[in-house]
Amino acid sequence: MTPVAMTSANHSRGGAHPGRLGNILFGGSAWIFGILVLILLLAVMISLVIGAAPAFSEFGISFVWTEVWNPVKDHYGALSPLYGTLITSIIAMVIGVPVSLGIAIFLTELCPNYLKRPISTAVELLAAVPSIIYGMWGLFVLAPLMQKYIEPFLIGTVGHVIVLGDLFQGPPYGIGLFTAGLILSAMVLPYMVSIMRDVFETVPPQLRESAYGLGATTWEVVRSVVLPYSRVGVIGAFMLALGRALGETMAVTFVVGNSYHIAKSILAPGSTISASLANEFAEADGLQLSSLLALGFLLFVLTFSVIGVARLMLMRLQKRYG
Amino acid sequence: MSRTVVRTLRQAAFGTLAILAVTGSAYAVEITGAGATFPNPVYQKWAEAYKAKTGTAVNYQSVGSGAGIKQIEANTVDFGATDKALEADELKKNDLVQFPAVIGGIVPIVNLPGIKDGEVKLDGATLGAIFLGTITSWNDPALVKANPGLALPRTPITVVHRSDGSGTTYNFAYYLSAVNADWQAKVGANTAVEWPTGVGGKGNEGVSALVQQTVGSIGYVEIAYALQNKLTYTKMMNADGLYVEPKLSAFKAAAEKADWASAPNYRLVLANQPGKESWPITAATFILVHGSQSDANKAKAVLGFFDWSLNNGQKMAEDLLYVPLPDALVKHIEATWTSSVKGPDGKPVWP
Repeated sequence: MTPVAMTSANHSRGGAHPGRLGNILFGGSAWIFGILVLILLLAVMISLVIGAAPAFSEFGISFVWTEVWNPVKDHYGALSPLYGTLITSIIAMVIGVPVSLGIAIFLTELCPNYLKRPISTAVELLAAVPSIIYGMWGLFVLAPLMQKYIEPFLIGTVGHVIVLGDLFQGPPYGIGLFTAGLILSAMVLPYMVSIMRDVFETVPPQLRESAYGLGATTWEVVRSVVLPYSRVGVIGAFMLALGRALGETMAVTFVVGNSYHIAKSILAPGSTISASLANEFAEADGLQLSSLLALGFLLFVLTFSVIGVARLMLMRLQKRYG
Repeated sequence: MSRTVVRTLRQAAFGTLAILAVTGSAYAVEITGAGATFPNPVYQKWAEAYKAKTGTAVNYQSVGSGAGIKQIEANTVDFGATDKALEADELKKNDLVQFPAVIGGIVPIVNLPGIKDGEVKLDGATLGAIFLGTITSWNDPALVKANPGLALPRTPITVVHRSDGSGTTYNFAYYLSAVNADWQAKVGANTAVEWPTGVGGKGNEGVSALVQQTVGSIGYVEIAYALQNKLTYTKMMNADGLYVEPKLSAFKAAAEKADWASAPNYRLVLANQPGKESWPITAATFILVHGSQSDANKAKAVLGFFDWSLNNGQKMAEDLLYVPLPDALVKHIEATWTSSVKGPDGKPVWP
């Protein structure tokens, strides 16, 4: 019944009378909305470039790798916020990817029906929490716990390991790159889980059932059937989450420590690009304002390259598996 | 059916007209200002009282000093407010007139279990060394020497500073520059500085929270935040070499000693003022208006608001722990309005 209805609907719409007014209006406005996105993106890019120009002409390209942020002497460099942005996002992904994979697999493969609804709703609610709430919670609840228990424990145990130990040194401030990464991982988790759950559910039941029928364990089904079938969607979920982690502002500003010094330890305070913008934009002028816009431009480039790399990876995957 | 539609439309039209009429009359007497966050509580209080008294609405947005300066330069507000006084050439370039509005105090706060308000004594050199990161422990000889009889722990010092650009930071750093040569050479003063050490909290509330959570920390906030959050403040040594507590009377003493008359454009930072009772980290905050006004009535309304507030709002300011300006200074400021703020016809708009 349904397929028949659909084909007949398609038939009456297609070909015969394409020039109806409604169609033109609809098509035209869809075109305009589509182009609008490109125009907006271009406008943002242009205004960032214009705003950042004084900073780049003053400091040159070395702005990108200079570690200095001195509003008194009007000398700025992007290395510290750039480093903080990357480190916090990496921490968020290192923690968030396995956890979200676990939740998504649990929800689609293992979870009893009566628990599916509550867990899915809880994950979606996490995505609806405003980022300022994560920031406040991080500062008032998580930071004291980190300072009293978690960070001293890490310094006392992992801190003694060779090489890896360098990352867990110094006094336990409670706030810093590590805490910011933790908060970020909680913030990007719901995005990854919801997308992955949805793509896992697109795996045809026949495939899954036949694998189980052949005697495969849950792990084997996930590894050899579910993940290969849905890899494009899974990578897409990771990249969306990474993009969000790179640009997250308010929550990070509260817990990152806002210091422009690069330390070896990930427990030390640092800064991110968006946190610097949130902190200093209102009071900045002249070269400082321009340097902040230059930071914004770098974040734009960074996010753009993340999306680009994701596209490349997907294309290669598609080629390899046909 | 169509009759009801017509009736609804007619009602809607009348409603719109009525709203237009009301907003139209309210619009005529509304003043807008934007800028510093430091004096925001007292400006809001004054605005509320002034509205109740005269019907003139004053809409003040505390968007930060930098943004306030930008907005008055772009002429999108009737007055700007800034914690960092502008230099003569900046004022001249944008045709601005500057005057102080209220004075406040900034206090160091510490978190040392067992140690109470005012028990720790600090002088400018030591405070500067702590914020430079050269003094790193609470039982440093310099601290022990200044605090005989006080059991200072071996706890390492965690410095907490503002992460956002702020007039509070400017005034605090200005004070450290005035009393610590090292600080002046290495860091200097601005609304944001390159902090040699420590962690940054966003806003007064961010600094308060971090100090409350971190044992062995030291930060700086406006006095109102220290009292509201029951944070432990320190005594400071003033320019006369005496240790004073941060109290309204100490801020007042510093404000009274200030030599406003000989400061061009009232550009005077109150840091380290002389006087036995003066609190050393005291700061004035400033208002900016255009020198040549396009609308004389609007200009008069703005100055009228500040005239009323400076002459009648002292009690409201003191309740919020700000120091109102001395009467002589208010007279001086109003004379400046007459000499510097002109209407479109070139005549003074005040009085």
